[in-house]
Amino acid sequence: MMRNFRPTRLLWGLSPVLAVLLSGCQGGILDPKGQVAADEKSLIITATLLMLLVVIPVIVMTFLFAWKYRASNKDAIYTPKWSHSNKIEAVVWIIPIIIVACLAVVTWKTTHKLDPYRPLDSDKKPINVQVVAMNWKWLFIYPDLNIATVNQIAFPKDVPVNFRITSDAAMNSFFIPQLGGQIYAMAGMETKLHLVANEAGTYKGFSANYSGAGFSGMKFNAIATETPEQFDAWVQKVRASGKALNADAYLALVKPSENNAAAFYTTPEPRLFDAVLHKYMAGRQSLAATDDELKLAALTKRLCETPAVKEQ
Amino acid sequence: MLLGKLTLDAIPYKEPIIVAALSGAGLMGLLVMALITKFGKWGYLWKEWLTSVDHKKIGVMYIIVAMIMLLRGFADALMMRAQLAMATDGHLGVFPPEHYDQIFTAHGVIMIIFMAMPFMTGLMNIVVPLQIGARDVAFPFLNSLSFWLLVSAVILVNLSLGVGNFARTGWVAYPPLSELGFSPDVGVDYYTWALQISGIGTTLTAINFLVTIIKMRAPGMKLMQMPIFTWTCTWANVLIVASFPILTGALAMLSLDRYLDFHFFTAEAGGNAMMYLNLFWAWGHPEVYILVLPAFGIFSEVISTFSGKRLFGHTSMIIASGVISVLGFMVWLHHFFTMGSGADVNAFFGIATMVISVPTGVKLFNWLFTMYQGRIRFTPPVLWTMGFMVTFSIGGMTGVLMAVPGADFVLHNSLFLIAHFHNTIIGGAVFGYLAGFSYWFPKAFGFKLNEKLGKAAFWFWQSGFMFAFIPLYVLGFLGMTRRLNHTDNPAWDPWLYLACVGAVLIACGIGCQLLQIVVSIRDRKKLADVTGDPWNGHTLEWSTSSPPPFYNFATVPHVHDIDAFTDMKEKGEAYKVPQKYAPIHMPSNTATGVYIGGFTTLLGFALIWHIWWLAIVGLVGIIGAMLARAYDNNLDYYVQPDEVESIERAHFEQMGIDVDNYTERDAEKPRRGSRPTTTA
Repeated sequence: MMRNFRPTRLLWGLSPVLAVLLSGCQGGILDPKGQVAADEKSLIITATLLMLLVVIPVIVMTFLFAWKYRASNKDAIYTPKWSHSNKIEAVVWIIPIIIVACLAVVTWKTTHKLDPYRPLDSDKKPINVQVVAMNWKWLFIYPDLNIATVNQIAFPKDVPVNFRITSDAAMNSFFIPQLGGQIYAMAGMETKLHLVANEAGTYKGFSANYSGAGFSGMKFNAIATETPEQFDAWVQKVRASGKALNADAYLALVKPSENNAAAFYTTPEPRLFDAVLHKYMAGRQSLAATDDELKLAALTKRLCETPAVKEQ
Repeated sequence: MLLGKLTLDAIPYKEPIIVAALSGAGLMGLLVMALITKFGKWGYLWKEWLTSVDHKKIGVMYIIVAMIMLLRGFADALMMRAQLAMATDGHLGVFPPEHYDQIFTAHGVIMIIFMAMPFMTGLMNIVVPLQIGARDVAFPFLNSLSFWLLVSAVILVNLSLGVGNFARTGWVAYPPLSELGFSPDVGVDYYTWALQISGIGTTLTAINFLVTIIKMRAPGMKLMQMPIFTWTCTWANVLIVASFPILTGALAMLSLDRYLDFHFFTAEAGGNAMMYLNLFWAWGHPEVYILVLPAFGIFSEVISTFSGKRLFGHTSMIIASGVISVLGFMVWLHHFFTMGSGADVNAFFGIATMVISVPTGVKLFNWLFTMYQGRIRFTPPVLWTMGFMVTFSIGGMTGVLMAVPGADFVLHNSLFLIAHFHNTIIGGAVFGYLAGFSYWFPKAFGFKLNEKLGKAAFWFWQSGFMFAFIPLYVLGFLGMTRRLNHTDNPAWDPWLYLACVGAVLIACGIGCQLLQIVVSIRDRKKLADVTGDPWNGHTLEWSTSSPPPFYNFATVPHVHDIDAFTDMKEKGEAYKVPQKYAPIHMPSNTATGVYIGGFTTLLGFALIWHIWWLAIVGLVGIIGAMLARAYDNNLDYYVQPDEVESIERAHFEQMGIDVDNYTERDAEKPRRGSRPTTTA
């Protein structure tokens, strides 16, 4: 019997090695740098501990019962017909129910608190970023600052960032693990995400939903600056690039490309993000009632002229 | 025009890896055919197996298909692990995305649809009619047809390796990526038609078995007295009937998008890809319970047999399985919390999901209390069961963790998710099927499997599983997402190497199993099961000979207890020689299933390549074969009592019962071929 436990022993023998490996946890979801991510990490730990209350006894009992009631142990009690006990049945139904009930309460509360659509509580004015997933890069538009970037974003630490997200290609998922949860980017639809960085640093962001050949290179950097001034400097740097993101530049950008380096644009076409969304509604003119709407419809139509995603 | 989209470019003769794989498979096929020809077994193969409607033979053929596809799917897994172990820190590995993306798509599709499903269906085919004391299933020809539809789909999937390509969409084939705009080639069409065809086969099987279980139980067997494996299969079949039509519908709509310019799921013209996600998972989530519930039944049978005890809480187990089935149908949205549903919706589906852990937990405790005060023999099936109990507890826990939307937002689509579902599907379903395989192997073939190699296989699988998937949990925490082709994070490297080692260990496990089959066939005399009851079993399948006669039971058993056969043994009613035998009504073999399967393959291939004339040929062939069957009057026959008598006499004599000078007391004599009490 004992020889059967060897692989388990091997794992124990390796545990110091595993501990060393685990210490390199930097950069993952267990190394949060923002409030949302920190809450999500503590939620993972709480839920895991709650479940271990059942899982550990089950695993221990498995080994214990197997050992105690092995066929060669003739001293153990043998009751071949015993197959029912109201007491045990009550316990094995009620204990998991209690634990799941606790977990359900935690789930209800945290799901509302960590709802990606809920604006974060802060006395600072949030930064708005519009995100367009493309084949295979990320376009970020700062509508209030009149700049746009590819595969790089920046914001000061402790300032909430409100993302509005869509896709001008296949479905992707917008994810910066150290700052918080992800949300899908879908063509013709808008999703929202609210994040904040509480520590300055450069964090990895990527698409967490497979979207085709160039998917592995669909990465960006999210820079949380120490001070608002540093952020302003970054904005100036972007503006200084001088490339305008008009409809033509957009149509050139949306063509499939892989492993794109960061790129900067100024003066994105007004309401470009809305036009990208409307593009998949075939730019319905009938909806346009005001001048502003008419302009949007015209821009949408312009974007529709070259359906870049169609390969045929 | 004559060949549709098919041109010479569709044959990947320039790709050395594919050419090597194809020629290897081709050589193996030629070798097998040469051997069959050499021993003159074509006629035997055709008459006794391919055209058979015997549920046991169909079950064996299902499992053979499952094992072949296990090798194919596992080869994909090895390639993926090798690629990710090599393509680190700026290296690109050996497979470019064009190729690699097909590999992970094929791996998922094959392992779920063409390995796990046929394995489960095969075990169900062999065991369920025997467990309920039936002579065959309700619709034996339909059973054969289901099998040949599966084979047809398997042929299409494997054809994609050599003719054209397979989907590069992931096994879920989410639009708009799977739409024409992004996937204009035939890959997705191979995917949709293979899944459609096998899905129809699965649905027919489920209907067949539900009718069998409801209408053909032995006299006296009340519903709540059915063996637990039959019960879990019943629930799985209910789930199939309810959920597979959703898959059929979703794939049909995707096909309409691709073939006839509909816009169900396209991004433009009012289509909505999220509809597909909902429909896909409304099938996909029940599907995992379809896979795992029968495995739960197998563990229950194994643990109660080898503990020498009644199953603890039989009724509770049935209810728990039912609760799992019903709830399993109401939680699909947890596969896409990140779609942006509101907090109320996410919380509802999250909590509904974790409620499933209650009946699942009850099952685990019931298995524990079956072991409690038992006499456990540590045979390979028991090792698989215990390995499952430990592994699945962890997999269940990580599953509930991901049911918490707040946690899922950071774990979704990460390698943590990959580790989780392999933890439940390998540690739950596959371990179960492998337990069932070694548990019922003697019943199907008349000899036991070599125990040493069985144990070696288990330890390789178990340790390989740990090495392959614990690192993936860690990688998920480290922020690695799924379906990456190459990585550039040095912190991930050691874990990727470890996972690759794990895959190699599992390969050794699979090797041990193949060797186990070969060695056991060699030693079949020594391992023979003469009584039909090698493990001192509880249920009716052990009351007949191993392998059972084609009519299963010479006289239909009467059932008075949950453990019907234990009850017979205790009352001294087992192994009684009947006074006389009655004629037995049996279905005739038919080749219609083979023909329909063949024409369906043609139809599928033609639709994939837009070869319209061939599609018409296929369709006409299918309808023609069905009509021919409808006018066929040679459907059944009676086995005459003297034939039954001679088969039964041989079985009794093998057991050492003298049929001619038989007295009632002989039934209680100890049998030759001692039953093992301890094998640990």
